[in-house]
Amino acid sequence: MIKVEHLAKRYAEAYAVNDISFEVKEGEILGLLGPNGAGKTTTMRILTCYMPATSGTATVAGFDVFKNSVDVRKNIGYLPENVPLYPEMRVKEYLSFRAKLKRVPHRERKTKIADAVDRCRIVDVQNQIIGTLSKGYRQRVGLADALVHDPKILILDEPTIGLDPNQIRQVRQLIKELGEKHTILLSTHILPEVEMLCGRVIIINKGKIVAMDTPANLESQLKADNHIALEVRGNGEKIKNALSGIKGVRRVTWRDKGEIANFAVESEKGTDVREEIFSSVVKNNGIIREMTLAPITLEEVFHQITTQEQEVTA
Amino acid sequence: MRCTGTIFQREISAYFLSPVAYVVIAVFMIFSGYFFSVMLGITQETTLRYSLAYTQFILSILTPVITMRLFAEENKTGTIEPLMTAPVTDFVVVFGKFLAAWALYNVMIVPTAFYIIFLAWVGNPDYGAIIASYIGLVLMGGLFISIGLLVSAVTKNQIVAAVIGIVALLILLVIGLASAGNEGWFYSSVRYIGTYDHWETFTKGVVDTRDVIYYVSFTALLLFVVVRIVESRRWR
Ligand SMILES: Nc1ncnc2c1ncn2[C@@H]1O[C@H](COP(=O)(O)OP(=O)(O)OP(=O)(O)O)[C@@H](O)[C@H]1O
Ligand SMILES: [Mg+2]
Repeated sequence: MIKVEHLAKRYAEAYAVNDISFEVKEGEILGLLGPNGAGKTTTMRILTCYMPATSGTATVAGFDVFKNSVDVRKNIGYLPENVPLYPEMRVKEYLSFRAKLKRVPHRERKTKIADAVDRCRIVDVQNQIIGTLSKGYRQRVGLADALVHDPKILILDEPTIGLDPNQIRQVRQLIKELGEKHTILLSTHILPEVEMLCGRVIIINKGKIVAMDTPANLESQLKADNHIALEVRGNGEKIKNALSGIKGVRRVTWRDKGEIANFAVESEKGTDVREEIFSSVVKNNGIIREMTLAPITLEEVFHQITTQEQEVTA
Repeated sequence: MRCTGTIFQREISAYFLSPVAYVVIAVFMIFSGYFFSVMLGITQETTLRYSLAYTQFILSILTPVITMRLFAEENKTGTIEPLMTAPVTDFVVVFGKFLAAWALYNVMIVPTAFYIIFLAWVGNPDYGAIIASYIGLVLMGGLFISIGLLVSAVTKNQIVAAVIGIVALLILLVIGLASAGNEGWFYSSVRYIGTYDHWETFTKGVVDTRDVIYYVSFTALLLFVVVRIVESRRWR
């Protein structure tokens, strides 16, 4: 439904998006994950034809974003970051204005608006002036606008930002429901959101894709590599060498703090070396003060991937 | 094209939901009424011609106030983003906004009909000249609004849009006045570009096709430029 090839966007000083390619399949919910300034909004603005790419191509619903802009826009519902709305209008008025702009036929307009209002749970505020709405309700009005014309594709830029925990849960539930009928591209920097909602994640950092997989795969890639944290009293150098010798251990890093040393042991996928570690430490006259299994969460994957990248570029 | 009406409707309701429309109309009524009564007192002629000559000056100041928000506000608040990502062409957006501002402008000049009633009551005005003046007013409004729209499209700041618009319109007015009485191709072409000469013809009761063409084509040209400016955000 969305196909992006070698897309790049250059602002005056630097590239905000630099040579990214990905695809969103029909019915998929794809999460665009990245820290501030990663280029998520820029990517979405290109896909929604708000701004052109410097180079590369993108097709949305089979139409080129550059050549068939209007056709692309007919097929998408877009929730821009910060949800700009006309403050002087009433919610229902606004949705009716948007539905007309998006060419919802006159006889369907009423039901489509009522449906969007209902799904986004803004029935109570539908006659309120937008300027007086709270942030969370504005967000939902934006969401109602995005889906009022029942588009094939939804592009949502940080749909849950600024909401309270209850509202976050409701909006996620809503997105999940929408995912059954629509293809969704959403951006966020909240990891649990991606884990909950998305079939696939793209992690982008500084305008480049640094990882692309299912949330589960991203996690298990590293989760199966057991990471064990160890605190030991004893001869750090000696124990380190002993640990490195254990079968299945890939990497040992350690930090000496005088009598006590901290180790991080990384072992191969599916191996459990905790017992071997115990006996080998004891053999070398070490006393184990702490041993914990540290399975990597998506959070850490994200942190690792994005900070690694920074170290490389720094 | 169908969406032009949708844009038009929203802009009109935005005008009347904010104080701007009422303030502009009130200010216009005060000044046009003042010039009307003063000129009537001085000339003792039952005509709008002299007061309308001053009216162009007020309109040069008020029209940019009408147009300042059209794009600048959307650029500032970011509502331009949902607007431009809706399936409407740039022309439709520009034209809808233009028509809304033009409609407000025409609403603004409607109360001057009271002066005609007054003239008819005290004497026997030349209705042909009055009708011609109104045709001129409406056409001039179109031009002023397209200039204001252009300025609004290139900024985020409404005040900047209004000030530049006012300056541009006053320049257009002044160059015509300043070169009056001078001969030669230079002065006559400056006078042709300036709005004053064209407008004066209408107030004299003459609807000259050359003046109509001047206003209509100048307006169309500017609207074309505005569409290009709005479109340019999508250019590579
Ligand atoms: N109009 C602009 N002019 C110049 N640089 C810009 C412009 N818009 C964005 N940028 C830069 O492009 C980069 C990517 O910005 P973008 O808004 O796409 O990030 P993001 O991933 O959406 O971040 P966030 O999570 O903060 O929303 C940033 O470094 C930003 O400063
Ligand atoms: Mg962003």
